[in-house]
Amino acid sequence: MPEVGARFVQMEDELASMAAIIGASAAGARSFTATSGPGFTLMMENVGLAAMMELPCVVANVQRASPSTGLPTMVGQSDMLQARWGSHGDYGIIAYSPSSPQECFDLTVRAFNAADQYRVPVFVLMDEVVGHMTERVVIPDADAIPFRPRKGPRHAPSERPFLSYAADADLVPPIAHAGEGYKVHMTGLTHDERGYPAMNADAHEVLVNRLVDKIRLNADDIELHEELFLDDAETVVVAFGCTARSAKHAVDEARDEGLSCGMLRPITIWPFPERRIRELIEAGKVKRFVVPEINLGQMRREIERLTSLPILRLNNPGGQMPRPDAILELIRS
Amino acid sequence: MTTHEHIRETTANIHPIDKLLRADRLPHILCAGCGIGTVIHGYAHAIAASGIEEDRHVCVSGIGCSGRAAGYVNVDSYHATHGRALPFALGIAVHRPELVVTVISGDGDLTAIGGNHLIHAARRNANINVICINNFNYGMTGGQVGPTTPVGAKGTTAPTGSAEAPFNLPYLAKATGAVFVARWTILHVRELQDAILRSMQKPGFCFTEVLAPCPTSFGSANQLGPGVHEVEIYRQRCVVDNGNPRLEGLDIDLIDENKPITVGNFVDVERAAFGEQGR
Repeated sequence: MPEVGARFVQMEDELASMAAIIGASAAGARSFTATSGPGFTLMMENVGLAAMMELPCVVANVQRASPSTGLPTMVGQSDMLQARWGSHGDYGIIAYSPSSPQECFDLTVRAFNAADQYRVPVFVLMDEVVGHMTERVVIPDADAIPFRPRKGPRHAPSERPFLSYAADADLVPPIAHAGEGYKVHMTGLTHDERGYPAMNADAHEVLVNRLVDKIRLNADDIELHEELFLDDAETVVVAFGCTARSAKHAVDEARDEGLSCGMLRPITIWPFPERRIRELIEAGKVKRFVVPEINLGQMRREIERLTSLPILRLNNPGGQMPRPDAILELIRS
Repeated sequence: MTTHEHIRETTANIHPIDKLLRADRLPHILCAGCGIGTVIHGYAHAIAASGIEEDRHVCVSGIGCSGRAAGYVNVDSYHATHGRALPFALGIAVHRPELVVTVISGDGDLTAIGGNHLIHAARRNANINVICINNFNYGMTGGQVGPTTPVGAKGTTAPTGSAEAPFNLPYLAKATGAVFVARWTILHVRELQDAILRSMQKPGFCFTEVLAPCPTSFGSANQLGPGVHEVEIYRQRCVVDNGNPRLEGLDIDLIDENKPITVGNFVDVERAAFGEQGR
């Protein structure tokens, strides 16, 4: 890390790792940590702090079969809902779900830029199969990698007190870092625009709604998905991560058999690409969804709340990928 | 001139540390007789005496009464989660090694929920100064006993007296690798200020325990009376023993009138600070 002007610290536990990257972010660093399942649970305390202080940071979570220690080093997609709802209270986050080594790189770049743009914790939610996969990866020259810096203060510290939480029209406030002279105060308590504790329901409502809305109302700009054959598909397979690789294989085979099917792969698993799914439903072509996932129905819930169309499920709680032929069988059924 | 500037301008002429306090945060939440204000005062005086510009000072706190300290000092300040002030501070110190990072927090925050981070920050000799305000209990939440409550002392969760051996914090800090270790009380205003100042000037992990009364919770549970009565105990029983190498005997017993409370700057040694080992 020092060779590229960065620092690496082996922390004592995941509570500390998460707290340290938030502190580093407060001092202006782009900061990152990585974990799997139980470590992600330990990080949840300070995920809430990062959301509340609006300090950008990136966490990679290579999902395993869960709950608890579960099946370490064996695949799972058990943390989809934890990524969204794992810390107490309401707040917004972004989670990318790569399904190839190349996407692990590309989406991590995107994660840093999105974290800085929206001042939120951003997750790269891999699964063990993608995490351990070997494939060709193209790493561009440094100057070809997109870089979006944080919005900083627009006045000198001497002019007037800096308001750490006065948001712009995009609901994201500019940020001043430790050592820049603005004498900021940041707290996990409910706070006003100065960052000072504000112990009342009105301040809480304004703050928490903004934390949620800055992702919710910018979702169309953040959301990413890949689609295959959705123009005429009557059966839509929705799958992410490694599961999408099996799903793609199954859909290709089903098309060869003349079946009317397609695939939608959420790349941002949060915000979930619900606008596109609603569009498909409203267009009237889709007759049913097929949802394979390596958990007992976390993504299925998201689709269930959007539609009353039939949803064919293919679940296992972890330890193995769904096979393409099992997905194909559901498409044929 | 805005009100804010006016307050800055006028108060700066009145008292040398007023500009280091966030006047717009007053009144504070601390109880009458609480010792935390005196510690904040000592920290502010040390900043002023350090000659290091205010913009290079950063204060981080955890949760609890002492955890509110960061909210009252007019430097870049962060009020982190319970127990996590030290790793949060480490992130700042690693990214901006030129900043002087001070953690002000309580005994419960730093040694119970944050105990693991304390020993590891000391072990790696992180460039952080810790001011641990020890009031022997969880004051904010109603006086529960914690890892510093003396044996026999009462709390809401130990109505017949705590049966557990408490931490001896200077001994713990020294054993785990701190390069500067002190214990003072809020009676020792100047010595405390000097210890904090020494921490600011010294690279590596510096730990100062400050005994402070909590008349509302610990004091009332143990019939110590108003805060000033506990300070009177300090006055009667504190023994200054700078450089004392035998920290293992320095337990605190507020109840036993014959047991001295040993205070002083105990450890001041050199060891490469975290980040200086060429990592």
